[in-house]
Amino acid sequence: MKPEELANMAEKKRILNAGYKHCIGVCMESGCISSRSDQIVARINETVKARGLQKEVRVMGVGCMGLCGNGPMVKVNDGHPMYQNVTPEHAQAIVQGLDSPTGNPELKHLVCDLEQSFFRKQKLIVRSNSGRMDPEDLADCVAHGAYEALLKVLTEMSPIDVISQITASGLRGRGGAGFPTGLKWSTVAKAGGAQKYVICNGDEGDPGAFMDRSVMEGDPHRVLEGMAIAAYAVGADHGVIYVRAEYPLAVKRLTKAINQAMRHELLGNGIFGTRFNFTVEIRLGAGAFVCGEETALIASVEGNRGLPRPRPPYPANSGLFGCPTLINNVETYGTIAPIIREGAGWFSSIGTEKSKGTKIFAITGKIRNTGLIEVPMGITLREIVFDLGGGIPDGKAFKAMQTGGPSGGCISARDLDIKLDYESLAKIGSIMGSGGMIVMDETSNMVDVARFFMEFCMTESCGKCVPCRVGTWQMHRLLDRIYEGHGTHTDLALLKELCDMVKNTSLCGLGQSAPNPVLSTLRHFEDDYLDLIKKGEAARAVQNADSVAVGTTVALEVVS
Amino acid sequence: MTMTHTLPSAPTEDKRWRIVEATMRRTGFEPSGLIETLHSVQQAMGYLDEPALRWVATSLRVPLSKIYGVATFYHHFTLKPQGRHTCVVCLGTACYIKGSKQLLEQVEKKLGIHDGQTTADGEMSLLVARCIGACGLAPAAVVDGQVQGKSEATMLLDRLDNVMAGKVES
Repeated sequence: MKPEELANMAEKKRILNAGYKHCIGVCMESGCISSRSDQIVARINETVKARGLQKEVRVMGVGCMGLCGNGPMVKVNDGHPMYQNVTPEHAQAIVQGLDSPTGNPELKHLVCDLEQSFFRKQKLIVRSNSGRMDPEDLADCVAHGAYEALLKVLTEMSPIDVISQITASGLRGRGGAGFPTGLKWSTVAKAGGAQKYVICNGDEGDPGAFMDRSVMEGDPHRVLEGMAIAAYAVGADHGVIYVRAEYPLAVKRLTKAINQAMRHELLGNGIFGTRFNFTVEIRLGAGAFVCGEETALIASVEGNRGLPRPRPPYPANSGLFGCPTLINNVETYGTIAPIIREGAGWFSSIGTEKSKGTKIFAITGKIRNTGLIEVPMGITLREIVFDLGGGIPDGKAFKAMQTGGPSGGCISARDLDIKLDYESLAKIGSIMGSGGMIVMDETSNMVDVARFFMEFCMTESCGKCVPCRVGTWQMHRLLDRIYEGHGTHTDLALLKELCDMVKNTSLCGLGQSAPNPVLSTLRHFEDDYLDLIKKGEAARAVQNADSVAVGTTVALEVVS
Repeated sequence: MTMTHTLPSAPTEDKRWRIVEATMRRTGFEPSGLIETLHSVQQAMGYLDEPALRWVATSLRVPLSKIYGVATFYHHFTLKPQGRHTCVVCLGTACYIKGSKQLLEQVEKKLGIHDGQTTADGEMSLLVARCIGACGLAPAAVVDGQVQGKSEATMLLDRLDNVMAGKVES
């Protein structure tokens, strides 16, 4: 594609879109599809056709609109209502209400309040186009700005310019650890070697997190564009997207996007008539959490068991097939195009001193509004839980919030007022993580939660290093004993000692962070542990007294 | 690869092996295409049996021991045939907090099997997932590829009955 063709494609599509009087967008991501949103699209299309409105009404499948717990979501025109909990039976009424700016009165009970904090307090950068366009339609994506940033980079900027923009923006890796993205890029750019690779880590293994799935399903071209810009900056010509096999729709959309981009020469050789070549392929994960670790991921792409290896050398110097490799997370790549388009200064004006921009979170668990939110760094956790999340349902009290998945920790009510950034979360014993946020109410027992995560780490440990392989097994055994009421204070002391050992001696991030859920629950909710031990001891004391009595009788019988 | 590669013949006459061959060709018969190839075998045949693993080993020129290592390392791959229907209960954090453990127990009780097993009549396989990314709909289960969100035990058990009775198309 030539540079001017991109603008033409966008313009043509915009005119086409403007030609419609109405536009109905139905969420077509995994969550809503499981609640039959595909049938809603079909029924709306039937109704539109039956009424002969094909030229007036545009019906499209769109990306996630955020409030996944109330899905399927249907959005009608800008400024018109958005409907929630829609079923295929509502299709006709939706079409009937198109002309009224307040929607069909029959569907009043389904109207979703767009003024509620859940929407108002968000700031959409990565998800700005999700829900507004058809992710499977390249022209529609281009009309919403796709590949504009790539064009700018290839025609106006040198690789060094790009890296300095990303560095100046203050962007940090969204996969969890928060490593400065610009620094990573410049390390790969400086590494020697003719062949370099870029990898997109879409192995979103944290249970309770689905931000990356949504970005891949709702705006796949954004991910490709980010990867292409990164490849140009570091000097790579081939990219790999590693997606977990549990996300078939993401794989389908990405495959389609790659094919479209190749066909229109937005990927391939001589992109925009420059000398820049870039191709992308998808590799499927196969259900191993450890493959989210970069060296394990590389091993998996190479067709091996996903075993991590010691670093250094870092992938930036020796990665895929021994070549310098840049690995970033889906959301990180999703942030690149807006930074290039709007400038580093704009991006760094959002957020806190050390954490810039926005972060997407999946808020789930015992909370009213479950779904995806994109919020500026620096927002308080209290705002997330009680304003965006709408608080705890059923009149229960907030107990804890878990961030960072099995590598993260639990945050207590005491710390809800901290401002969200990488450092503040680390200070209270948790991590930013990839963005899963699971809220628990007073009915959740924190020992059970810690045991749940330890069971996860134990089964997901790859077995290469002893501290993780054996340590997680032992810690799980101890947690199980305590939870089942067989634990003692000695067990608790041993558990603490093991946490320290596993944390400090494991080979990779999985083992090093496996004790985090235990440590953070011990720190904030030690009473849960002590109560269980106390109750167990009391029960045993009663039992012992009984068995001592029984034992005495038996002994007497033997003697007699 | 400069050498021409003569393919060993597929384990059986079954045409589905051609799909697998196509995958191996796409990845240039490189050992790095192993996981893709295993995905392809499992998708076409339902599981990975020994003749298939041997055939992949010879085709990609990778030791059988390594193939066995990879096939058993990843949870997604199964070396046993699955039932005619499958039920996956998600045990991700959000689902766990919302009672998926109890949901699983009820399903186990109903089917008389544990996760990872198939009923004696070969009708239903029960699996657990680490997180299917449908956390907004917790607790979630997947019956024959269809996600069922906000699963109440009775709803899910009814659905299993219907599926096994052939009332619902799978």
